[in-house]
Amino acid sequence: MKIVVPVKRVLDFNVKVRVKSDESGVDLSNVKMAMNPFDEIAVEEAVRLKEKGVATEIVAVSIGVAQAEAVLRTALAMGADRALLIQTDQDVEPLGVAKLLKAVADEEKPDLILMGKQAIDGDNNATGQSLSTLLDWPQATFASKLEVSGSELLVTREVDGGLQTLGVSLPAVVTTDLRLNEPRYASLPNIMKAKKKPLETKAATDYGVDIAPRLSVVRVSEPPKRSAGVRVESAEALVAGLKSAGVL
Amino acid sequence: MAVLVIADHDGAHLRDTTLKTLTAAGALSGDIDVLVYGEGVSAVAQQAASAAGVRKVLTAESPELKADIAEAVSALIVSLADTYEAIAIPATASGKNFAPRVAAQLDVSLISDVIAVESADTFTRPIYAGNALETVKTADAQKVLTVRPTAFKAVAADGGSASVAAVAVPATTLKTRFVSEEKVTSDRPELGAAKVVVSGGRALGSAEEFTAVLEPLADKLGAAIGASRAAVDAGYAPNDYQVGQTGKVVAPELYIAIGISGAIQHLAGMKDSKVIVAINKDPEAPIFQIADYGLVADYKTAVPELMKALG
Repeated sequence: MKIVVPVKRVLDFNVKVRVKSDESGVDLSNVKMAMNPFDEIAVEEAVRLKEKGVATEIVAVSIGVAQAEAVLRTALAMGADRALLIQTDQDVEPLGVAKLLKAVADEEKPDLILMGKQAIDGDNNATGQSLSTLLDWPQATFASKLEVSGSELLVTREVDGGLQTLGVSLPAVVTTDLRLNEPRYASLPNIMKAKKKPLETKAATDYGVDIAPRLSVVRVSEPPKRSAGVRVESAEALVAGLKSAGVL
Repeated sequence: MAVLVIADHDGAHLRDTTLKTLTAAGALSGDIDVLVYGEGVSAVAQQAASAAGVRKVLTAESPELKADIAEAVSALIVSLADTYEAIAIPATASGKNFAPRVAAQLDVSLISDVIAVESADTFTRPIYAGNALETVKTADAQKVLTVRPTAFKAVAADGGSASVAAVAVPATTLKTRFVSEEKVTSDRPELGAAKVVVSGGRALGSAEEFTAVLEPLADKLGAAIGASRAAVDAGYAPNDYQVGQTGKVVAPELYIAIGISGAIQHLAGMKDSKVIVAINKDPEAPIFQIADYGLVADYKTAVPELMKALG
């Protein structure tokens, strides 16, 4: 089984988000960037499938600026075999990303595309589903468990009200939720080895697909701030406060 | 210009999320139709027909639609899309599963998690776990939106008298098979719609303790039970309880956080609650920075005292 894992370079989840004062966006200058945490889970799952002898090759793909090479190197250090950087300086919306990834799937012909359910910057939760529909491959989103059963993939999904298990035929697109696994840290020897693994760079324009943005950002603003209220000394004082606030 | 709203329901009842999505749709157009899909949906369709401001209710039934298979649901919506300028979908796990497919098939950019409608083509949505709000203007003629229900008031559940008509379900060859589901059943209000939410964190230490501490309090307050990601990861609570950036977003009248430190990802899911109470023994816990009422105490003593004070 060949697996393609798309990975996105985003603001590290530990970094405090700062909105630019001119409201043009979030300040990403001189801040730590990292692989989207949901994509790390996808890489981990692919590597585990390879360790079990199910997967034969893992290709990590990123779309973005030249520095996105760093997240591809992380994927290689975790266990991906090779990497592809589709370089563009433009912000590509999920629909455009899905179109580029479809072109990649047409070339690579993987059996499975395993990717994060959302990126923690745009929080769109749209690329995997869009890719599935463009490829006309089955989708299983928000996966918390994945099992290969013959030619079928059994995916347990986190849905409203509990869990749902779907069987999808391959090739398929699966998006990962938080509880699928806990990603490993790459070891130093593997980080060194990853530097020698193949990493190909192409330009987004090489694929000839329409990635022009459909949305224009009018402004990016700070959310209304909530400030700390009062400290109460006892449960009685708390109940009295809640009664006077009219919520009890 | 008409808007198609996709109903969220449990098979018997139309959910509040649908009524709230209707409010968002009302900001776009006066002509609003509602699609109710599933199996045996006539009762839900009647409820949708009674909701204020609905022009027409469309129903579609099949086993695949009942199982909420995204491929089947998106094919159905796309088959109806021609006459609508916008399609508004509640931003639930179900809605998020099929909405991007509808957008991609219509070749438009999905606008997800809309919290405000500025005009017919301009919408505001949270990004970075709600740490920034992005207002975007779309160039697409047709719009596909998911609507964050907690950001909108519900339209009146009655007063409307829309017509109800069944629509054809397009034939699809599915490569996806429904295998099974495990739904958490509870007599408590639904987490997303409850007026009061009692939420527990990792400090509770075990699944047994989580239940023993939170259930009596939730019963007393008529509350839904929520959990932090840490508590769900540790197996103290089912995944469906998770409140946060990637779990449920709630905005009840009263949110009581017990033994929750207040990671940014958790705050993203509850900071729009009207009144927030934090009970935590660590006075430095970040949750206190947004709590209206903070009680620095061990939950082991504070929760029984709270039960007593509530009478």
